[in-house]
Amino acid sequence: MTSTEHAATATAPAGPSPRRTPRRPARRRDVVPVRHWGRGIATAVVVLLVVLTGRALVTNPHIEWSVVGDYLLDAAVLEGLWLTLKMTALGMVIGLVLAVLVGVMRTARSRVVAAVAWAWIFVFRGVPLVVLLVLLGNLGLFVTDLSLTVPFTDVELWSRPVKEVVTPFVASVLALALAGSGYMAEVVRSGLISVGTGQREAAKALGLDEARTLRLVVLPQALRVIVPPLGNELVGMLKASAIVSVIAGGDLMTTVLGISGVTFRTIEMLLVASIWYLLVIAVLSAGQFLLERKVAER
Amino acid sequence: MSETDRPMIEARGLDKHYGHTQVLHGVDLDVARGETVCVIGPSGSGKSTLLRTLNHLEDISAGSIRIGGELIGYREKGGRLHELREREACRQRLDIGMVFQHFNLFGHLTALENVALAPIKVKREKPQQARAYAAELLARVGLAGKEDVHPSRLSGGQQQRVAIARAMAMRPQVMLFDEPTSALDPELVGEVLAVMRDLAETGGITMVVVTHEIGFAREVSDRVVFMDAGRVVEVGPPAQVLDAPREERTRAFLSAVLR
Repeated sequence: MTSTEHAATATAPAGPSPRRTPRRPARRRDVVPVRHWGRGIATAVVVLLVVLTGRALVTNPHIEWSVVGDYLLDAAVLEGLWLTLKMTALGMVIGLVLAVLVGVMRTARSRVVAAVAWAWIFVFRGVPLVVLLVLLGNLGLFVTDLSLTVPFTDVELWSRPVKEVVTPFVASVLALALAGSGYMAEVVRSGLISVGTGQREAAKALGLDEARTLRLVVLPQALRVIVPPLGNELVGMLKASAIVSVIAGGDLMTTVLGISGVTFRTIEMLLVASIWYLLVIAVLSAGQFLLERKVAER
Repeated sequence: MSETDRPMIEARGLDKHYGHTQVLHGVDLDVARGETVCVIGPSGSGKSTLLRTLNHLEDISAGSIRIGGELIGYREKGGRLHELREREACRQRLDIGMVFQHFNLFGHLTALENVALAPIKVKREKPQQARAYAAELLARVGLAGKEDVHPSRLSGGQQQRVAIARAMAMRPQVMLFDEPTSALDPELVGEVLAVMRDLAETGGITMVVVTHEIGFAREVSDRVVFMDAGRVVEVGPPAQVLDAPREERTRAFLSAVLR
């Protein structure tokens, strides 16, 4: 565009020139960038909206910020937060172990093994977390005892009533882990297949056995694909863990709802929970950023 | 004495099936110690498959392969060949270097790390020595100064030269090249062929090269193998196979390739 304009002005010197600079050969031309008026307007509108919203939150007579401050570091709230963190961490670790297992099974040569892995992913990605949670929370209703027996015999090695083993906390961790495993198995699988067969063949040709190939060649390259969505999954699991309150899992959400049931300060308590969730997620996001940068190094 | 007279590579009556398709029909191939053999032929003629059976990247349906007198990929027991476990097949591959069409360098490692990986992790060489030898090999293929560069920052020709150095780092007796220049831009083919020519002329190493570079085959190889439809059609010195082919199919292929 600019080059044709230049050409036009150069070949048609006699015509009325729209340019501000007179045609003098050595004269330096000032460059005036396009004015983006829209950007300024958008900025103003957004700032106004943010200020108004903030003001509404702060000056709202129905929100007592002192209550938020009082309960932010309340012992019960902190204990709930601690449980939320424990639940998420355990759910993530167990879910990831299951995911690697299922993800590898998914790529197995045996059709039966691959089909079982497929069904696992289908079920646990498909059933909503709340359903899974209520189901596991009420496991005692349809399974009375958990026992370890020698298959096809009556020899019992270990047996406990379900209600003792599957506490709300255990049910919560299991539900989070199972639901997470379905999604994460697909992530692991996509990471594994993102490393081309050529890489495995080259490793093989160099005499690397399967274990070394996986550890030294495939996994380091698969991680670049796997880590970013896993970070998102961790954040997602932390947020999803709030659902645990439906079976009174004892987490942060359960705690703040419990307190608001007594004090009737629901909004304030939800603000307390929101602040904590956001704080933890901020820390996690920073960690994810650093980890991604490390894995992406090449 | 007889050990040195014995061919380095002895392939006998190789059959290979993919499902119902037979891609190798009773292929015989001997390659002498230190010899350079180029395998040419139309695509789909089974030349790459043949090469890949030599280090057991592909299994075979019938026949046998011996390298340095050792049965490759199988163990003979009760008159039948039983496929080796992966671990044993891996051990056999230590003496057989391979260079691929698409280089297959490890993307997360630098040029030097690519070359030194297997010597350190498989042969348990001391890292310091392995890295020194790797640097030496990179210099030999003209890549001194590129030690710490990742493959993605190298040209195709440079990547392929790293791949050759990587294979050489295991000090193999046999080097297999699977269309090493087919994925390269035309102006980069020469630098890779020069490295291969250097290897062939230095001697001591047995080379099997599947290639479309007829000029390279003519200059460098001791013998040329022409394959078509899963069979070896013609074998002989380049002057014979390339300039005075006996078989009609060889003639037809060469006139199509050389235009």
